[in-house]
Amino acid sequence: MGRSTQAIVINEKDNVATALKPFHTGTKVSVDVQGRVEKIKLLSDIPLGHKFALKDIGQGDAVMKYGEPIGYSTGKITRGEHVHVHNVGSQPRGDLR
Amino acid sequence: VNFEGYRRPDGKAGTRNYVLVIPSVGCSQGVARDIAQGLREVVYLPNILGCGQVGEDRMLVKKTLVGFGTHPNVFSVLVVGNGCEQLSPQEIQQAIVPSGKRVEVIVIQDAGGSRKTTSLGRRIVKEMREGARRLNRDPVPLNELILGTECGGSDYTSGLASNPAVGAACDLLVSEGGTVILSETPELIGAEHLLAKRARTPEIAKQVLEAVAWWEQKAMAAGENIRMANPSPGNIAGGITTLEEKSLGCIYKAGTGPLEEVIPYASYPTKKGLVYMDTPAHDIEQLTGMLAGGVQIVLFTTGRGTPLGSPIAPVVKITGNRDTYLKMRDNMDIDVSRILEGKEKVNSAGKRIFEEVISVASGKVTKAEKQGQRDFCIFNMNINI
Repeated sequence: MGRSTQAIVINEKDNVATALKPFHTGTKVSVDVQGRVEKIKLLSDIPLGHKFALKDIGQGDAVMKYGEPIGYSTGKITRGEHVHVHNVGSQPRGDLR
Repeated sequence: VNFEGYRRPDGKAGTRNYVLVIPSVGCSQGVARDIAQGLREVVYLPNILGCGQVGEDRMLVKKTLVGFGTHPNVFSVLVVGNGCEQLSPQEIQQAIVPSGKRVEVIVIQDAGGSRKTTSLGRRIVKEMREGARRLNRDPVPLNELILGTECGGSDYTSGLASNPAVGAACDLLVSEGGTVILSETPELIGAEHLLAKRARTPEIAKQVLEAVAWWEQKAMAAGENIRMANPSPGNIAGGITTLEEKSLGCIYKAGTGPLEEVIPYASYPTKKGLVYMDTPAHDIEQLTGMLAGGVQIVLFTTGRGTPLGSPIAPVVKITGNRDTYLKMRDNMDIDVSRILEGKEKVNSAGKRIFEEVISVASGKVTKAEKQGQRDFCIFNMNINI
């Protein structure tokens, strides 16, 4: 199995990767970040298509995917942790008020 | 960089060279179909409107039919009327005339019924086709290409592979001075502020937000709160966390360039680069609106697969789902699933798609064209009377 087949990072500004297969807590996943392969130890189970943190994300910081903020951290997120509805808040409305 | 295209009298350039039969009303659709039946390079629009639309909808029907008639992929046009419709075939003809191409009208009530109109129509389109066949392709700079983007039947591979790869191809086209159309406003909801941030001017940013608000209110009036219903429980189970994330997956397919303009349904862009057209997310209404606005080629991303095609322009299907590619080979043009296996970079897949755009614009036949898939549906805002 190729080392970079496990998860994908779409944009260099991203601080999350998307799992291309399901992983269990404690798995060390290889991720290609801007041509550099990083090994990240998962702190939670990650289902297929779900995201985990590439680096620590402070409370209130932007969660970046596609090089854009997809939401804001509602608590401190640690590298390797599952990033999803439990720790990310939506702020979809930057307009109209 | 050039593609090989057909130069038109008004200076525009096409990627295809069709004789087009336009029924000005639903009642003449069957005759229009029979006129085009079995004739290569002759196509008809399966239009069911032209009577019963009022106000802005009547305007949209006319604008769309005229947009197809004046389209650079069309060599000449035959408009088929019934005779008593509100949108007369002569009105459509007159609006196509300024493009400089030949445009004729026949009317079923005048010609004496279906059979006579069909045989008269077939004589006319065969003669037009002779002219079309004498026209050769010439080199056309890529900055004259307007490329439409669309997605449908999405799955988790769309946001991770096919949309980013198409986005990379769009960035390449924009860097060549070409134009890329992003549309389907309801699918923008949740990430509209991120697209608005890329707008060239505050006025353009405001137009993006207004377009989203219009659709949101329209859906709300019909009892659907798009913003609250998304992401759906299925999306969340699949790993989509927020509405921004879901909508960004859609926006990303048009690349990362600054937004130069927002245009209404079925309108031509007046700027080059990334342009937003305000259309429904309904695949065929969206496709029809983009084509009426002069799009000469469409890149269509899909995860689950779709056969969609257009009467007058090539639609290239791109999937990041290997199973779909293998299962629907007669519908899928490009497989970018190797991105998900870590065996291809998004940028190199983008380069591959960009090269395919040039080949297809120059005449390479797409799967949808091979299947004779010719979908057409005009967007209506209100009721038919």
